Amino acid sequence: MEILNKIFIAPFADMVAAPDFLMQVLWEGLVSGVLYALIALGFVLIYRSSRIFNFAQGIMVVFAALTLVGLHEMGVPAWISVALTLAVMFGLAVTIERVVLRPLVGQPDLILFMATIGITLFLIGLGEIVFGGANKVMITSELGIPTGDLVLEPFGGLLILQHIDITAVIVAALLVIALLLFLNRTRMGRAIRALGDDHQAALSVGISLQTVWVLVWFIAGIIALVTGIAWGSRAGVSFALEVIAYKALPVLMLGGLESITGAIIGGLMIGMLEKMFEIYWGGPLLGGNTESWFAYVLALVVLLFRPQGLFGEKIIERV
Amino acid sequence: MSVPADPYVTEDGRQIGGVLMEMKNITLRFGGVVAIKDISFDIREGEIRAIIGPNGAGKSSMLNVISGFYHPQEGEVRYKGALRPAMKPYEVARMGVGRTFQNIALFEGMTVLDNVMTGRLTKMKAPIWRQAIWRGVAEQEEIHNREQIEKIIDFLEIQAIRKTPVGRLPYGLKKRVELARALAAEPSLLLLDEPMAGMNVEEKEDMSRFILDVNDEFGTTIALIEHDMGVVMDLSDRVVVMDYGKKIGDGTPEEVRNNQEVIDAYLGVAHG
Repeated sequence: MEILNKIFIAPFADMVAAPDFLMQVLWEGLVSGVLYALIALGFVLIYRSSRIFNFAQGIMVVFAALTLVGLHEMGVPAWISVALTLAVMFGLAVTIERVVLRPLVGQPDLILFMATIGITLFLIGLGEIVFGGANKVMITSELGIPTGDLVLEPFGGLLILQHIDITAVIVAALLVIALLLFLNRTRMGRAIRALGDDHQAALSVGISLQTVWVLVWFIAGIIALVTGIAWGSRAGVSFALEVIAYKALPVLMLGGLESITGAIIGGLMIGMLEKMFEIYWGGPLLGGNTESWFAYVLALVVLLFRPQGLFGEKIIERV
Repeated sequence: MSVPADPYVTEDGRQIGGVLMEMKNITLRFGGVVAIKDISFDIREGEIRAIIGPNGAGKSSMLNVISGFYHPQEGEVRYKGALRPAMKPYEVARMGVGRTFQNIALFEGMTVLDNVMTGRLTKMKAPIWRQAIWRGVAEQEEIHNREQIEKIIDFLEIQAIRKTPVGRLPYGLKKRVELARALAAEPSLLLLDEPMAGMNVEEKEDMSRFILDVNDEFGTTIALIEHDMGVVMDLSDRVVVMDYGKKIGDGTPEEVRNNQEVIDAYLGVAHG
């Protein structure tokens, strides 16, 4: 009976008893969720425009953050480092398109997926050679990001919101809105959506594969930089960040590879659910540290019942 | 050649203008295989020009040369009188050459409306931030584009399926959507690669009617590849006949029909 109590009753009793703490947990979850969603968005964007599952998205986050901090360490002012990092990400996009994507046009998806693993390994090596493998501290205050706390007192309790987190959520939200407007309304957005479906047809209506691919990888690079800054501010900049980026995989399974809305909702859901599970169930029942695997188990369960994800396009094979 | 060099008016009252696109001594090789051997012909403004020939004659290759998907090793392509350098397919498309494909190339996941809308991508010129918020120039542009598209959708009688994802449509309708997308770009030259392949008689009649109407109503110059001889003879003003990569005939349907080489290519030669 004790175990049933711990699963079905005690957690909810705790939530009701301390609503301020529940809000704190949800906030923490929301912040990680927003970042998961951002990384997932990078995946979705590239997948939609080229059917490539870009394994390198995670390392791009690390690489962008590392470049930013590394440049600053060399004495470059913070905001100029941001501009230079963006230039580096653009250069990376152009290089990937030229060297990897263009020669592999029309190859099976698996080959392109393998190529992105190659890009991952290459970026790890390049990052270590240029900037070293040591952990670095994100240049948060140098970028003018506030580092204080906002203390609220809902329900007579205490709710602490870090300014870094608030900034991350706002910036991420703006980025997502900008991306949605770009994809759904502009000429390039239409081109990106079209390109994923049929290359030949896209060419015949005047869409340039090269331009769109460079653009999409560059946008993924921008997303990586924003994620890198946000996450680096909380956890420091190291290659371990890449592991966090893989949290985007269960997000994608939940949200579906095709859907931007899915990536956002999936990211928020995973962020919040894993935090709640950790605090209310994982800790008391399993001794904690459930955050590292909960998302993957959740994704597995979803896959069992809805293989296309919660928001993905239904896969119908005609025989 | 019986076709006069100057602009003239056809029997059914359509205006045929000067040379729009000219192919001069085109040779295209894939490794050791010669797909097109020293072919010259022209396409004149306002006409319906057919390219016919047995399987493997090089018709589709020729269309791909015109639309920039293939680049010939020898010869020149002249468009509106000027020599056209080797261009990428999307650049050719932006110049006003629209096309459809033999095996249908549509954006299967998008609706009919969205598919046709992609045809107008090259017509969207407003600055990107304006497009994003749909204000000012971008709004007018969007309204204009949608009006144009509605006209085409009405014209090709696909109103009923405008919101349907293309992947769910039957073959004949897909062909029509592809035509609609090509038309949305208001091409000055429209290339149709076997627009009636795999269709039943009724669908073929519909498609023939649409092709004639497009040419008549919008004055679009059309070059098409077709296997069905009856259709070709009825539709086209002039016909190029290809066989094994060579041009064996060129002229009005009447002339081509009576050309001995063409008859041999289609019916076989008696080896005696």
